[in-house]
Amino acid sequence: MNAATEAVRPTVAARIRHWLPGLARGRQPESLPITLDRRRIYIVPTRAGLGFGVLIFTMAAGALNYQNNSALLLTCMLGATLASSMLLTWRGLHNLTLRAVHSDRGFCGARLPVHLAFADDGRTRPGLRIALDAVPQPCSLARGVSRATITVATDTRGWMPLPRMQLSTTLPFGLFRAWSWITADQQILVYPRPLRDARPPAYADDHQHRITGGDEFAGLRDYHPGDPIRHVAWKSSARHGHLMVREFERATPGQPLQFDWNTLTGIDRETRISRLTAWVSDAYAVAQPWILILEDRRTLGPANDAAHYHRCLTALAELP
Amino acid sequence: MIWRRSRAGIREAVPLAALPFSLLCATVLCTLAAHAPHLPPWFTAVLAAIIAARWWQRRRHHRRASAWLRIALLIAIPGVVLAVYGTPFGRDPGAAIVCGLLVVKLLESEHARDARMAVGFACFILMSALLFDQSLAFTIMVGLLLLPPLATLRALESGLPPGRWLPAFKTGGVLLAASLPAALLGFMLIPRLATPLWGAPDNGVAHTGISDRMAPGDLHTLLTDSAVAMRIGFDGLPPPEDQRYFRGMVLWHFDGSAWTRGPASRRAWPPAPVEARGPVTRYSVTLEPSHRHWLFALDVPVAAPEGTTLLPDRTLQASRPIDHTLHYRVESAARYHLGASTLDPRLRAAALQLPAGYDPRTRELAAGWRERAAGNDLAIIRDALEMYHNGGFVYDLDAPPLGRNSIDDFLFDTKIGFCEHYASSFTFLMRAAGIPARVVVGYQGGYWNPVAHYLLVRQSNAHSWTEVWLAGRGWVRIDPTAAVSKVIMAQAGSDTGLPLGGGDISWWLPWQNRFDIVNRWWGQTVVGFDALRQSRLFRPFGIEHATAQMLGITLAVIVFLALSAGALLASLRPRTRPRDALAAAQSRLQGKLLRCGIVRGAAEGPSDFYTRAARALPPEAETLRALAGEYACLRYAFPEPPPERTRAFARRVRSFHPGRVVK
Repeated sequence: MNAATEAVRPTVAARIRHWLPGLARGRQPESLPITLDRRRIYIVPTRAGLGFGVLIFTMAAGALNYQNNSALLLTCMLGATLASSMLLTWRGLHNLTLRAVHSDRGFCGARLPVHLAFADDGRTRPGLRIALDAVPQPCSLARGVSRATITVATDTRGWMPLPRMQLSTTLPFGLFRAWSWITADQQILVYPRPLRDARPPAYADDHQHRITGGDEFAGLRDYHPGDPIRHVAWKSSARHGHLMVREFERATPGQPLQFDWNTLTGIDRETRISRLTAWVSDAYAVAQPWILILEDRRTLGPANDAAHYHRCLTALAELP
Repeated sequence: MIWRRSRAGIREAVPLAALPFSLLCATVLCTLAAHAPHLPPWFTAVLAAIIAARWWQRRRHHRRASAWLRIALLIAIPGVVLAVYGTPFGRDPGAAIVCGLLVVKLLESEHARDARMAVGFACFILMSALLFDQSLAFTIMVGLLLLPPLATLRALESGLPPGRWLPAFKTGGVLLAASLPAALLGFMLIPRLATPLWGAPDNGVAHTGISDRMAPGDLHTLLTDSAVAMRIGFDGLPPPEDQRYFRGMVLWHFDGSAWTRGPASRRAWPPAPVEARGPVTRYSVTLEPSHRHWLFALDVPVAAPEGTTLLPDRTLQASRPIDHTLHYRVESAARYHLGASTLDPRLRAAALQLPAGYDPRTRELAAGWRERAAGNDLAIIRDALEMYHNGGFVYDLDAPPLGRNSIDDFLFDTKIGFCEHYASSFTFLMRAAGIPARVVVGYQGGYWNPVAHYLLVRQSNAHSWTEVWLAGRGWVRIDPTAAVSKVIMAQAGSDTGLPLGGGDISWWLPWQNRFDIVNRWWGQTVVGFDALRQSRLFRPFGIEHATAQMLGITLAVIVFLALSAGALLASLRPRTRPRDALAAAQSRLQGKLLRCGIVRGAAEGPSDFYTRAARALPPEAETLRALAGEYACLRYAFPEPPPERTRAFARRVRSFHPGRVVK
């Protein structure tokens, strides 16, 4: 039954959106700043709110039936209080202005932090929830605190448009839920997913003597597609029944590593990008200078600083 | 997408934090307190102890309540209630059961959802406490007890400072106060039911007040009861004290021990004609619930109020028992001739009825008077009153019990009694002497509240007197009790009228008077606001009778208007409020530039803006540059702008008067 309802509901929602295009507001990207005015805020009772509605009706029916005016007055007070909490819920979102969005860069597959800057209008907005996907994240805006950070899931590398953002609140009593959509025309750069299935090709001082020049043999490991044929230890491979490759000690700090797109052969494009990403980030982690040579022979580096690191990862992320 | 999210939200169970749990415990405790007055004290104490223990256990050991305890309670509570009350149905056992179930619900509350359900349940039980007591003080108290449930709901949401419970009450308190007008509006406009939808509960309340059966000694408990029977406001001056007789019912039939209404009052005769011999008194009565049909009116009512019947003997009867405070208006004639022209033979027979074989000595006495008076009824009456006055009779609530011939015993032996004894014996004497007579039961006297000008009548003002029929005069009221000379004032409170029956603490009296005024107002305007009075709500607007539909539509329209107005007000709030003097001065400067046609863009920084403004206003360029520099310095060079320099900046802004832009 669950599966059936899951299957039916999106179509219902889609149909509703078709009938009421107003609900689709916020699907078109808008430029910041965006202020939540009254036409953008939706509000419906929560399940608890519906329950309390039934309760109030029951109480009123009982009081009317027993002609007990004190009880009816109490019911009216409770009902008016709970109903007017709707205005507070609504006010929790009203006039909220999103000024800027800025996201950290990160690797595909991780949740990237997205920093939101709201206009500080001197109001506290406790209990604000912001969702960029299925998980609403609590963000309270206090007086003077106009920044919030949420995270967003990533699944493809490259420039990703910021997903439609839902801001919602159920304050003060959790009986009503107000929400609003914001689709900001902002893009997030997602670095490729690092793939650590292969050690980096040792180092190279120049294009002629790569790989072997004066290095110490470090050991053997399993062959992964893309390893240079020259590194295959044929004798050991014959002994173990599968291909082994020789590994070499890392280069000394002065020598830049060289990560060349064109040396990685026999694997698909995305795997290449992922492997290069892993190598670049590992090299950066140990502050080893590196050179990245891309498909179009564009050469980045050598360097080992943050700017170089981000330049390389950006270039990899932006590859077609 | 929305659907899926809300479903996911439901499925995830949010565990109950410490603060909401404590507030939930407080809510349940308050609910219990509201019901404490009518629950057995030990029952309340045990439930309160369970709440406290659970609170302590969860706070200290972070454990759940044992399932066995819950099951045991679930079985024990109905069992205990059954043992105490004998039935699970009815108001009191019902209250005990729901209070117990609420405590069980508290024991199993581990998630936000449980807590919300418990809060709803508690609100309902709080309301049900008002079925027991509708007084102003109790209603206010129960209204205030809504605060803990609201605070619990608030604490279940996020955004509260941790560990402090007071902020949780703030929202609820403010909203409760702010929504009072809306609540009153709803209260006035929600259509009342003329008849209940389902059976009103058998309250199990002892029927207090005057009953339609009177045997000597019956009124005794009533005469010491200081509960309020009714309050009467007069349009003009109140009648003098000796005329404050409030007619309740007329008893025709005597069976030797008790007076009842008898068959005569049930015949469908038209009401006896009244001829008013003086001004008519107009007044309104607020009658406390008596659970009987009788309405009381000053002797003798001229017309029946709406919804009541005027019986042949000029008493008022409601169609249903008075289970709620009833408010009505009557007109009465203080001097009157009642049924003067003729007395129907059947009525005359009923008014002369005496049980055979009772009280021979009284009959003998009356026969002697009859002979002596030779047809002069007034002489007989005078003889009888003379006897009460000088015959050694004593007014005392502590009357000795009487035997089978109760009238004989009273008149010739004990000679101690109160109104019932006197009215009963006097009526008997009159009938035995051949004068048609009947007993009237009602209230007499009352306490005049000098502050608010109304008459407060208590149960202790219950009284009975006699009416005799005299040719040419009709039914004449004679109060034999008034003839008694020796009065032992055991019932000091009844006529002198200490308002609440307390001792004679005179300094307290004005306050009690005032308190009773509020109670009277509450009873009249709120508790007594029924379908009839509601239908007159629109009289000022020329609508004589407002229907339920009309009221409903009005309510809907007002709710809609109020919501729109609220939304409008909320959206009209200024978007940005300058929070410091510097910002105020800066927005003032911007306002001045705006009037010159220089608008600051949304993304424009102050420095860029003033540079642009200086370019657009060449004559003011120097001043503007200086102001911009000063602003930037004040804003960014210090953690807090120094006040004296800010004031100087504001002064310079004030004296800055740019001319129009030359384009």
